Amino acid sequence: MAITFAASPRAGSPRSVPPAARGRRGRALRRNLTGWAFAGPATLLVVGLSLFPAVWAFFISRTKWNGIAPATDVGWRNYQRIAEDPGMAAAAQHTLVLTALFVPASILLGMLIAIALNKRIRLIGFYRTCIFVPYVASAAATGILASFVFNPQFGAANEALRRLGLPAQQFLESPVQALLVVCVIALWGEVGFCAVIYLAALQDIPRELVEAARVDGASGWRVFLHVILPQLRPVTVFTAVWQTITAMQLFDLIYTTTRGGPMNSTQTVVYYVYELAFQTQRLGYGAAVAYLLFAFTMLLTVTVIWYSRRRGSEAF
Amino acid sequence: MRRRLPFSPWHLLLMPLALIFVLPLVQMVLTSFMTTSEINQFPPKLIPTSLHLEGYRALLTESRILLWFGNTVLVSAIAVLSHLILCSLAGYGFARLKFAGSGLAFLAIVATVMIPIQLLMIPTYLMFARAGIVDTLAAAFVPWLASAFGIFLMRQFFLSLPVELEEAARLDGCGTLRTFVKVVLPLARPALATLAVFTLLSSWNDLLWPLVAITDDTRFTLQVGLASFQGTRRTEWSQLMAGNVIATLPLIVAFLVAQRRFIATMTFTGLKG
Repeated sequence: MAITFAASPRAGSPRSVPPAARGRRGRALRRNLTGWAFAGPATLLVVGLSLFPAVWAFFISRTKWNGIAPATDVGWRNYQRIAEDPGMAAAAQHTLVLTALFVPASILLGMLIAIALNKRIRLIGFYRTCIFVPYVASAAATGILASFVFNPQFGAANEALRRLGLPAQQFLESPVQALLVVCVIALWGEVGFCAVIYLAALQDIPRELVEAARVDGASGWRVFLHVILPQLRPVTVFTAVWQTITAMQLFDLIYTTTRGGPMNSTQTVVYYVYELAFQTQRLGYGAAVAYLLFAFTMLLTVTVIWYSRRRGSEAF
Repeated sequence: MRRRLPFSPWHLLLMPLALIFVLPLVQMVLTSFMTTSEINQFPPKLIPTSLHLEGYRALLTESRILLWFGNTVLVSAIAVLSHLILCSLAGYGFARLKFAGSGLAFLAIVATVMIPIQLLMIPTYLMFARAGIVDTLAAAFVPWLASAFGIFLMRQFFLSLPVELEEAARLDGCGTLRTFVKVVLPLARPALATLAVFTLLSSWNDLLWPLVAITDDTRFTLQVGLASFQGTRRTEWSQLMAGNVIATLPLIVAFLVAQRRFIATMTFTGLKG
């Protein structure tokens, strides 16, 4: 077993040390080795596969490199180029639009669904199952399914519009609509997650709190606004951060629906990084764009947490 | 208390929503049993005339879907097993064993959560290339051998256990490892189940890692296989939907069987993650 080597209290203790101290030091050494034997393998894997490559990515971002020829050091030039790159500006814009649509929609919808699912009515188990099940489908499968449902020729979405007497749409094949449709598909896959979290938070609200407000004569809407909503604040802060990260890193779904098209209209920053690094082999520039995304995500997250701490809700 | 109404207005919201969430999946299954001419009919139909197996037959003969399925099962099995062992050991280490550097190590682990995967893509590919595991299944499972989330989950669970049991075992002469295996782990079943569900979902559904590191189609996982198959069969909808069914049905069945466990996992990810 991995921890047997920890059982040598003599190692590293000089002879002149009195027996009591030697024993103490031996015990400390043994304790440290045991601790590292437990925590070491997983720590090494996690740190080795994230912190280490993250640092390495920084060095790559300061080079011009196609992965084959030797890399040449270009200092900060990759970062300067980001500012002048129209492809990057478009990708950043698409990412921001997607995030601005996705985050509020998933919070509102998640909260609404959770409130509805928290009612004790018939069929509630059926409703819960239906609403949560898309969460386990992979983004790849969801993307393929969505390209069928939103297919302009024989998709169910256009068929539904036709039955309602509305004109057919191009959906994922229209540069104007594609990003919005991607957002709708992402919501379909992710809103269950928000709803589960809100549902758990709703069930944690002490019942006396709601009942007291009712006894005082508050209506359902006022109870929600003044009693329930404040209790959900920490969860909302968390959901906002989490969904922002989800939206900004949305990749699988775009890969299996539009691959960034049509006419680059769903090209997001993460998709741009993938293309730069693995299709056009511009590793240095790709790493620089990825670093910028990291910095932006970090800044946003820290700001939200700092702001919510100041307002006195503890989400983290 | 208000009298419970026989029909709640919430049904008017929940029924359409439930249909919106579940109907596409139903249509996925039904379409996989249709023929191409049935799919191309106008107006589109939801129900196939009978259970046509052409889609499945073509999928099985023209792609390596069974191999991909096997690859994914293997990758997920390794990921779940490794997570259960390594993350519970590490979680116990951080929760109970006071050792030098544990604070710093734990901080480093928590800090990794913020790093976006796109940043890691390039150097990890290079690392894999140097380790010689590009185009092997290892590229798909190595990133899922352990995770910050798994360590964190197990640590939180062990912190919530009372110490007295372990102290009693210690007094009876049990070593640290024996105490962990015989006394602590049996108590940790709910947390281990949550961890297993989380790892199963993440490793089964992962697209980006294997996409980046595997180009040999005998080493594809299901997700990469589906995506590449989609690239070549843009219009063969019954085959594509059959592939989707094969890739998602195991998880959907698992969800239906162990719904409580799945929801507990989602809740934990949200509230503590």
